[in-house]
Amino acid sequence: MTRRTLAVVSAGLSQPSSTRLLADQLAAATRDELVRRGSEVELHVVDLREYAHDVVNNMLTGFAPAALREVIDTVTGADGLIAVTPIFSASYNGLFKSFFDVLDSESLVDRPVLIGATGGTARHSLALEHAVRPMFAYLRSVVVPTAVFAAPEDWADGTADGALRARIRRAAGELADQIERRPPATGPADPFALTTDFLQMLGRGDGEPVN
Amino acid sequence: MQFGIFTVGDVTVDPTTGREPTEHERIKAMVAIALKAEEVGLDVFATGEHHNPPFVPSSPTTMLGYIAARTERLLLSTATTLITTNDPVKIAEDYAMLQHLSDGRVDLMMGRGNTGPVYPWFGKDIRAGIPLAIENYDLLHRLWREDVVDWKGKYRTPLQSFTSTPRPLDGVPPFVWHGSIRSPEIAEQAAYYGDGFFANHIFWPKEHTQRMIALYRQRYAHYGHGSADQAIVGLGGQVFMRRNSQDAVREFRPYFDNAPVYGHGPSLEEFTRETPLTVGSPQQVIDRTLGFREYVGDYQRQLFLMDHAGLPLKTVLEQLDLLGEEVVPVLRKEFAALRPAHVPAAPTHASLVAAAGGAKDSTVHAVDDVTGKAPEGATR
Repeated sequence: MTRRTLAVVSAGLSQPSSTRLLADQLAAATRDELVRRGSEVELHVVDLREYAHDVVNNMLTGFAPAALREVIDTVTGADGLIAVTPIFSASYNGLFKSFFDVLDSESLVDRPVLIGATGGTARHSLALEHAVRPMFAYLRSVVVPTAVFAAPEDWADGTADGALRARIRRAAGELADQIERRPPATGPADPFALTTDFLQMLGRGDGEPVN
Repeated sequence: MQFGIFTVGDVTVDPTTGREPTEHERIKAMVAIALKAEEVGLDVFATGEHHNPPFVPSSPTTMLGYIAARTERLLLSTATTLITTNDPVKIAEDYAMLQHLSDGRVDLMMGRGNTGPVYPWFGKDIRAGIPLAIENYDLLHRLWREDVVDWKGKYRTPLQSFTSTPRPLDGVPPFVWHGSIRSPEIAEQAAYYGDGFFANHIFWPKEHTQRMIALYRQRYAHYGHGSADQAIVGLGGQVFMRRNSQDAVREFRPYFDNAPVYGHGPSLEEFTRETPLTVGSPQQVIDRTLGFREYVGDYQRQLFLMDHAGLPLKTVLEQLDLLGEEVVPVLRKEFAALRPAHVPAAPTHASLVAAAGGAKDSTVHAVDDVTGKAPEGATR
């Protein structure tokens, strides 16, 4: 049985948070889909709110405090990522962006990502397409075609048959597809790994590969 | 083991008085701090090199030459010398000159510099930082070891029949450290040449230092310079002391909270937990510093950052009294007792001369342009 890890990042600020609620539903649907296909799934849910100060400190000092380091390693080392933000002023909120700003820009390359957002009105829904999706495009992640936006009315008639539920299932299926196409993740990249030896760096070309 | 201080040379407002020193005051303060370092029995004074405000030390060998003339024992070093934006030819000349003037009391620490806009002022590009450090140092290394150099590279004009003068004192180039916070390539570079590796170890978590030193040691052994535990390691450190630790915290907090590097970010408590910064009594500094050895192994040089963030000169001199009188004597004794016999001390001019089989004059005398002959008895 293949073991898969799924990182879930929620940038909701209130508690309880509808952003977290959407994140949980996306996570559960993806987990169920992967399990149905025969994988074992480990879920790691991160409420960025708990690391808000650490994220700012990371921006100012250039390093992640230990607790945030652990979260970053979890997120960058997972097989798939579900990233959900509330929409503020027509875009992701600042905490969401700041978290992805402190990651190494190569750390989510080719990573299957499902994006979701919540907002006070359905008129915010395209922010997923004009703000969140381009950010992950920059990070060269593979964002699944279905992005899931939940407006207040989606929660109001949020039954098992609701339109939101259908989108969640479709998006989860797409994320599971992308995860399944890849070999299991090997964890976060080691920033201190030496990938070349000195003679290669010196351009003398006769160096040996470094293990 | 060598103990000393390194300075960035920043001109920073004292947040407790609102007063900002002039460049002149800061430069003179740096000299006073260096002289104090010798007076209290420290071994090393290292200055940064910067080419933009708010920093004053743009001309390290001028300052170190002046300090050399006013000291007897103090080893003069850099933290760091910009191997990327400086011409390696000028580094070879300047530091060989300083080596002669100081009778061998000089070594250098190479660094890349992390300020993007500085590079183009010197015709360089920060995106080529690592390749510049690699190529320039390789040339510098040859200029100090080969009397006549023919060289062609990517980043400077070629050299034909070039002799860097003066030749190194006694035929032995200054010892070189390579400093880096988190670039494994630089640890690899230091290991390749069998040079020293210095971990900044002040603004970042100890895990960075631990990983970089482990890599350097492993590659030092790989390149056949000795066993991993014989590699030459230096560490930075940052402390503020008062006899009573509560007084140290109270006095240092406004400097910490407003410091250019980490101010307005983490709390003093968070930062002392996450990085090697120690604010407290001399005993706390002794305990924390001895603990460094537990994650990097026995090492050769410990430098402390003492004079930044707007701390007034008087306070810095008091700190140096505490460091020299109460902390370093204990550290010397404790580290020496822990160090196995096969682990070398930090190289000095005397030890390098001895390892080279004794001093030899390496003067290169001019060649006659017409006959091509060197004067009788001259080295060529």
